[in-house]
Amino acid sequence: MTDIQSSEPPKSTGPLEKREARLAWGLLFPTIAIVSMVVILPLLAIFWISFKPIGLADLRPPAPVAREALRGDGDDLRIEYRIRNSSQSEVIRNVVLSDILPAGVDVRETDERCVISQSSLECALGELEGGKRERLSIFVTIAGDRDAAEEAIENSEPRMEGSGRNILTNSEFTLANFARVFNGEEFMGVLGVTLFYTIVGTVGALVFGLFAALLLNKEFRGQGVLRGLYLFPYVAPVIAVAFAWVILFDPFSGSANALLVQMGVTENTINFFGEKPLALIMVTVFEIWRYFPLSFLFILARMQSIDTDMYEAADMDGASPFQKFWYLSVPQLLGILSVLFLLRFIWTFNKFDDIFLLTGGNAGTRTLTVNVYEQAFAVSNIGAGAAVAVVIFCCLLVFAIFFFRFMSQEEGL
Amino acid sequence: MGALRIGYVAGPVIGALWTFVMAILACVVFSFASGEGLRPLMLPSLVMGAWLGFIWLPDGGRPRAQRIGWSVAVAVFPVLTFIFLGLAIEGAPETSITTQVIAWIFFAVASAWPLEVMLRPLPFGRATRHEFEDAVIRFLTSFGYVFFTAIVAIPFYVMVMTSLKNQSELLQNPLDFSIDLSKGWGLFRSYSELFLDFNFGSYLLTSFYISVITVVLTLLFSIPGAYAVALLRFKGRQAFSRSILLIYMVPMIVLALPIYIVFSMTGLRNTIFGIVLIYPVTTIPVALYMLQGYFRGLPAEVEEAGLMDGLNRLQVIWKITLPLALPALASVSLYVFMIAWNEFLLAFMLLDDPSKFTLTRGIASLDSSEIPRQHLMAGAVIATVPIMALFLGLERFMTKGLTAGSVKG
Repeated sequence: MTDIQSSEPPKSTGPLEKREARLAWGLLFPTIAIVSMVVILPLLAIFWISFKPIGLADLRPPAPVAREALRGDGDDLRIEYRIRNSSQSEVIRNVVLSDILPAGVDVRETDERCVISQSSLECALGELEGGKRERLSIFVTIAGDRDAAEEAIENSEPRMEGSGRNILTNSEFTLANFARVFNGEEFMGVLGVTLFYTIVGTVGALVFGLFAALLLNKEFRGQGVLRGLYLFPYVAPVIAVAFAWVILFDPFSGSANALLVQMGVTENTINFFGEKPLALIMVTVFEIWRYFPLSFLFILARMQSIDTDMYEAADMDGASPFQKFWYLSVPQLLGILSVLFLLRFIWTFNKFDDIFLLTGGNAGTRTLTVNVYEQAFAVSNIGAGAAVAVVIFCCLLVFAIFFFRFMSQEEGL
Repeated sequence: MGALRIGYVAGPVIGALWTFVMAILACVVFSFASGEGLRPLMLPSLVMGAWLGFIWLPDGGRPRAQRIGWSVAVAVFPVLTFIFLGLAIEGAPETSITTQVIAWIFFAVASAWPLEVMLRPLPFGRATRHEFEDAVIRFLTSFGYVFFTAIVAIPFYVMVMTSLKNQSELLQNPLDFSIDLSKGWGLFRSYSELFLDFNFGSYLLTSFYISVITVVLTLLFSIPGAYAVALLRFKGRQAFSRSILLIYMVPMIVLALPIYIVFSMTGLRNTIFGIVLIYPVTTIPVALYMLQGYFRGLPAEVEEAGLMDGLNRLQVIWKITLPLALPALASVSLYVFMIAWNEFLLAFMLLDDPSKFTLTRGIASLDSSEIPRQHLMAGAVIATVPIMALFLGLERFMTKGLTAGSVKG
């Protein structure tokens, strides 16, 4: 009652507002839950792994593996368990084998490490060294058909237990991954390639996009068709167009080389994706080719929303076409151009598939993202791969901070 | 620079450049069409273009006789270069005369006709700034159309044509993309082999239903989220809106590594279920970002009217907002479908079992030295055609959807 008289809005949150906030969080919850499951958790995991000395082979924790078979005849008839450690180097402790003996199988003599109660067998094997194999024999007699008993024995899989050191969850940490990643010249090389690819790729895509947008920013027959055509590189699956490029520029049987030789541009065929500076230029050209449609689409959309009055006024004042472009269009487009630049910069920096498919990161085209794959899978050092991923993520954070500073003025985000 | 603004300088310069470009174009087009070698000669084509640029200049009030006289007099230069240096387009020794003649006719028409249009604004003498820039823009525009169309079309042309040839034809003459129509259905041998022996039918199906499920799941999660961020007021809204964008920027390869590890350990690797689990998460941020932009643009009055009439919020969303947002939902669905259809990295890392491949993963498996190239290209065509058809059919939605707030690549 008192508030009605005052002219100020209420300061505390009212019940309506609270209800709205509750609804909002309710609606957001599923999204937050699933996104944090699949984005935040992996991000934390990657930080964790980057400090771990872990290779591709360590993904499966060391475990004891057993195979059983019925061997021998008569007095020698026995069930034999062959046990080995799946890891070549790690010790497994408290190894226990347990199995169920089928009916009709009577134990004559067991190994001293085993205990038999009714039909279940349990053997405590203690420690198993890395890469070690062991054999365990239980002598038995069989009442009835041997083949049937053999099948029954082999059908009951032995259960193995044992605790090995799991590198993923223990508390062993190392900085070796980062040391390896930042290792002098190689890192500078990778960084240089990444920067060249990102900057030239982004600027190139913007310039070509602007050019294409200027072409299509007028009404004519076939404009729709051309616009559709110019979007092809972006819409087609990257794997399809990347392989088309690889085949087109093949050094031995590529059409581009054949054409260049016929035209007399070169004497010998050129290995476009295999020579040192050329390969980087080619993947950058590919990046520009593939993403100019995107910039073109955005710039065109912005151009079509520019007020035509301005151009009419400029015409009245006698501005020439280039003057109109430079003094009217460019300032109007500056906003979208800079937003596009920042976003494309980040995404080009993040790009992996294109280079991976074109050169596999060879011939001086290894960017940071390709390096993640290279370290983790080609060299089988997951820890080093994760360390590169952490480096990428930190760069990304810096870009993002810059981006939000800028965007909040530009777009009011 | 000042001299360039004079008609009889600018005209020949533009003419020379244009004619040279057209000579290259004619050679590329007819080499690819016939498989026979053609070579553009720089100097003759430049001289010939300059001459064309000179004679095509509007008369500028000069008497007709004078104009023709000048043009004939200047024709000495192209004739001399022709005698000493050769024609603008030259065939290789084995190139047939028909191909050369056709290429020449194409070249002559493609140089002369647009050039006449380009030079229309130029006077013979000193041009004003407007006239000069107008001519330059006409030249740049024509060049742009040719350039962009060529660079976009050539890789796709090569892709389709390679898929229709066989290995020995490809090795014999990599330039030859002409099609032997007498082979009839035999042309599509790579395609039938892919479908019969390489299981591409099932890949196509897998890709299709994974993409559809991804679209459905993405919409299911992103509609409520985008609505809340766009239209409801709550603390932390801005932070949330920003973190969407931030997540949208996290590179896939960074996430792919831990996902690979977790999936390997839990047995989700190599299952369609794992893929269906992971794809929507990569598309939800995009969809959220696009949809919230659209929801923000909806007039608040309609919703308020609904609230006044006694609907609750959820009913308002269901009965008013969603029907209004249908076009946006269509474009978001298309875009998400495209992302899921084209996705390569996760499929490549997570799927090893050929019976579970998606189309992109299937194509990647064709990339080996034992499998001929036309199969690889046929696979690429199979993956490209459906998405292109969908895209061209619904282009308006697509372009709208793309500009609605996504710059993702």
